[in-house]
Amino acid sequence: MLLGIGFLLAAVVWPFVGKEYQVYLSLSFFSYSIALLGLNLLFNYTGLISFGHALFLGIGGYTAAFMTHKYSILSMELIMVVAVLLSGLVAFLTGLICVRYIKIYFAMLTLAFGMLFHSFLMKTYALTGGDEGMHVTQPKLLSMDLSQMDKMSFFSGPYYFYSLVLFLAAAFLMWRIVHSHFGLSLQAIRDNPDKAEYLGVSIRRYRLYAFVISGCFAGLGGALMAPVTGHMDPAMVFWTHSGDMVFMALLGGFSNFFGPMLGSLVFIFLRDAVSSFTEYWRFIFGALLAALVILAPGGLMGLLGRAWASLAGARGSGEQAT
Amino acid sequence: MILEARDIKRFYGGFCALDGVSLSIREGEFVSVIGPNGAGKTTLINVLTGFLKPDEGSVLFQGRDIAGKSPEELTRLGIARSFQLVHVFPGLTVLETLQVAVISRLGRGTKWLARLASDREVMKEAMEVAELFGLTPVLNQSSSGLPQGAKKLLDVASAFALRPRIILLDEPTSGVSTADKNRIMRTMVDAAQKMGIRTILQVEHDMDIVFSYSDRIVAVHQGRILADGSPEELQGNEDVICTVVGKKECFQTFQTILEARKATEQ
Repeated sequence: MLLGIGFLLAAVVWPFVGKEYQVYLSLSFFSYSIALLGLNLLFNYTGLISFGHALFLGIGGYTAAFMTHKYSILSMELIMVVAVLLSGLVAFLTGLICVRYIKIYFAMLTLAFGMLFHSFLMKTYALTGGDEGMHVTQPKLLSMDLSQMDKMSFFSGPYYFYSLVLFLAAAFLMWRIVHSHFGLSLQAIRDNPDKAEYLGVSIRRYRLYAFVISGCFAGLGGALMAPVTGHMDPAMVFWTHSGDMVFMALLGGFSNFFGPMLGSLVFIFLRDAVSSFTEYWRFIFGALLAALVILAPGGLMGLLGRAWASLAGARGSGEQAT
Repeated sequence: MILEARDIKRFYGGFCALDGVSLSIREGEFVSVIGPNGAGKTTLINVLTGFLKPDEGSVLFQGRDIAGKSPEELTRLGIARSFQLVHVFPGLTVLETLQVAVISRLGRGTKWLARLASDREVMKEAMEVAELFGLTPVLNQSSSGLPQGAKKLLDVASAFALRPRIILLDEPTSGVSTADKNRIMRTMVDAAQKMGIRTILQVEHDMDIVFSYSDRIVAVHQGRILADGSPEELQGNEDVICTVVGKKECFQTFQTILEARKATEQ
């Protein structure tokens, strides 16, 4: 609770104390975190690992590009609704096939669908701009035309708070989902599908629901990310981008509700710092991932938890000694 | 007749695990299926609960063919089962495990925005089952950390929490110490009585348990029914005793068990 209030205060104060560029950078945190809330519903709560979630980020992002650039529809709220609906629809159709499988087969199928979409974006030049991608026009927020503001002021001001509110709403919604009847049933499926099935839980149907919800969250994240990047190209849905999302979840600790969000925060700022002195940031991140898996499988949240426990233990024994 | 298997055949490759088995369970009966290893007992339970599809024959539940139906459909019809190897949800607590079953029974699994912690009905039913199975003291413990006996009880309790019309238990006391076996069985039978679960079909190796609790015993051997009768009828059946137990001296033991049971019932 205290940590939550602390985070909220820091998030509100951040645009006033942080450098403009850093505030701009933290916008990606909100988008990725929303997408990761969805990814982790599958990963941690349903026991399914998706290596193709950038597909839904891409659907959200390209929805924003299409609507703003091709059709001049600038309402961010409308863009998000369409992005969520489209992502949900694609998640439903691909999910009908994917959720028939588990483990590596599920992961590979999601990756395959992601790459299919990547090829589609590359080949349909007339529609999507191929490898050059599409421009994303600055949207209106709550019907307010803020185009007279300069880009950085817009992003570090209104768009920042808009993203923050959306992120909080998405986190609250996901919190409710994982603490609902449905959320517990998903965890039962994750732990022991045979047993769950014999307790009357429809495992395939529930996995599909989880996949659709997960896709909707990722689609929303993608739509929110598009105006920040100002441009959508097929790299958005490339498998390495899906890998980045999985990496963020592992980095923060996927078994904790807040872990992937912490992971995305650290990932974004660390990538920025590392890529400022070497273009081989993926090399450094690869080593980090290996170290993480071996030394701290619980991710940063696991490390923090351990540190907190030893601190509490030390304090407890100190009190006993006195 | 609540559950009826008609001329069931089931093959594993060229091996015939069930060779024309017919079996009828009446409402309110406690039936034990016995037999040596490899006789086809677990295959029979698996066929009756839809885990395996029979190659031939039909399975009727209240007159309705259920062969090949999904476990979810069978659960909805009122059939529940537990497994020979203990099945728990390692990441869930005892309370959460029971809640999963209650949520399923009440058809609330798709409530995706409701607060589970505020659902008093689910909580109340889960607590009641926990109480009946003596699991209240470990309610908030992780299922994976429980002793083997408690895990077994939780596995069975979660199936009971579905309040089925019939429950099929595959070796409910396997992997449990001899000292715990009777306690677990007594707990299950008492819980079934209190919850109104009147029909139980179990596969069991422990003859003390079988002769102490069953209304009827079905002996299976080499995929066929060797004998089907009351404990009194079977305790004198030399074929059954020799095939299933392998020792003639057990006659005397079973007689003693039955006499003790009669004395308790009186």
